Amino acid sequence: MQIRLGDIAYARSGDKGSGATLGIIAYTAQGYEVLRDHLTADVMETYFEPMGAVSVKRYEVPNLHVLNFVMPEVLAGGGSRSLRIDAQGKAVGQVALEMPIEVPGHLIQQCRKATI
Amino acid sequence: MLRIGNAQGFWGDSVDAPRDLLAQQPDLDYLTLDYLAEVSMSIMAAQRAKDPALGYARDFVEVVKSLAPAWKAGSKCKLIANAGGLNPQGCAAACATALREAGCTHLRIGVVTGDDVLAILKSRADDPMFKNMETGEPLSSMLDRIFTANAYFGSAPIVDALAAGADIVITGRTADPSLVAAPAIFHYGWGWDQHDRIAGALIAGHVIECGAQVTGGISTNWLDVPDIANIGYPFVEMEEDGSFVVTKPKGTGGVVNEQTVKEQLFYEIGDPGNYISPDARVSMLSLTVQDEGNDRVRVRGAKGQAATDSYKVSATYRDGYWAQGMLTIFGRDAVKKAKRCGEIVIERVRRAGYELGQHNIECIGTGACGPGLFPTPDLQETVLRIAVHDAHKEAVERFSKELAPLVTSGTQGVTGFSAGRPRVSPVFGYWPCLINKNEVPYEVEVVSI
Repeated sequence: MQIRLGDIAYARSGDKGSGATLGIIAYTAQGYEVLRDHLTADVMETYFEPMGAVSVKRYEVPNLHVLNFVMPEVLAGGGSRSLRIDAQGKAVGQVALEMPIEVPGHLIQQCRKATI
Repeated sequence: MLRIGNAQGFWGDSVDAPRDLLAQQPDLDYLTLDYLAEVSMSIMAAQRAKDPALGYARDFVEVVKSLAPAWKAGSKCKLIANAGGLNPQGCAAACATALREAGCTHLRIGVVTGDDVLAILKSRADDPMFKNMETGEPLSSMLDRIFTANAYFGSAPIVDALAAGADIVITGRTADPSLVAAPAIFHYGWGWDQHDRIAGALIAGHVIECGAQVTGGISTNWLDVPDIANIGYPFVEMEEDGSFVVTKPKGTGGVVNEQTVKEQLFYEIGDPGNYISPDARVSMLSLTVQDEGNDRVRVRGAKGQAATDSYKVSATYRDGYWAQGMLTIFGRDAVKKAKRCGEIVIERVRRAGYELGQHNIECIGTGACGPGLFPTPDLQETVLRIAVHDAHKEAVERFSKELAPLVTSGTQGVTGFSAGRPRVSPVFGYWPCLINKNEVPYEVEVVSI
């Protein structure tokens, strides 16, 4: 079943030089398993390719249910040099959470967030 | 247990936050303030070029003034800030004057210097250490444009200043988390080889260094966060074993919970298994984050290893000029009209004889924050934003004069030009590199007011 990444994860993004960093944090342990299997560096790079992402790296942090991504070039120059409205990658997290992802239907409830 | 707060996440953060945090949490042992982003030094260098007495965060002097009544009334809270920028001595002198006027002559100010490595970089343009860490370009490629270069010091100079009796410590470039780790190292007397404990304190520093970003600010579920107008700034209760609780004063707005802490843990982080600080290399791969309720989150299990032999250097260089301008377009086919307006501006700059190095035309409302990722909606209203860059100031100045004419020659429904001509600003590029620690000795001076 297709859902949006933001249904099962939250995010924090920022800039590092001309690239962005992006932490994707699963709401639940089950959600982390799903993301670890499906949200690969390649998937992320393909999604952000129109913005210029290359050589995306993924770091797994199973103890905190986090996948941390480093995405070079995605800000087209970065903090002081990009001509884009989001030069500092502040909105990259929100952009990522709109990504459509496939999740097996029977797992969705176990992946969703509880309210804050 | 040691209470260390942060009430300034960047140069330009709330000017009332330090005074308010200390008033709300009078038992705070240390208050830390972070003023330096990657290219802040270039702004300070430009200010110092106009007046040699400047080159530091002037807002900080106002903050010191705002804290004076608390110190006069007996507060023992110590203040640590990297507000010194390129001129920690000048910053300290201005603070001393302010405190003298406020009657706080019992305080002592510690000043950390030595982080300015511009002369060293300039003298060794071919040194492979000074290559751009991100791009691999040699320093010689921008040597004629280099503007500032500062090494990120760690906790050691601040620890020395505290040991020498400083109540206020003013530094130049210091790694942000070290502003928090230093008082923990000093208070608990940790050895430099107690890497796990230092790692814990560095994580604590990382979590609070951006102020309200851990108390609900910019969180994914921000709409659910209560009373943001009265948002509390964070502090940690640092334990001797390197674990800590992140929290905020009672009665303030915002929230500290598992989500806000995890988000901030991963703010601008590369490899979470090897976070490099001048004090230690830190791993988050065994951290636990436990929400204890009531805006209290306990973080345990940081692992540390010995620091590397080098400091990171943040250098800046002159990189031409830029400007951005915006116009609102309302009506049928708003996006199509906005795009055409943007193209007309660039064409007119060209006709005037200037080929802009780079330009970017955006229609806000069409997913400009994720260009190319979202289908273009058929909007009734959009904001046209044009940003340009060029090596020559004249070209960018010409652009700044070509937006207003659209008020009469552009499409019907073009409006919102109240901000006037776009401001032309110099651009400073960011050049990260490394330098051997033994080449950059720090100096600490503690002075009475």
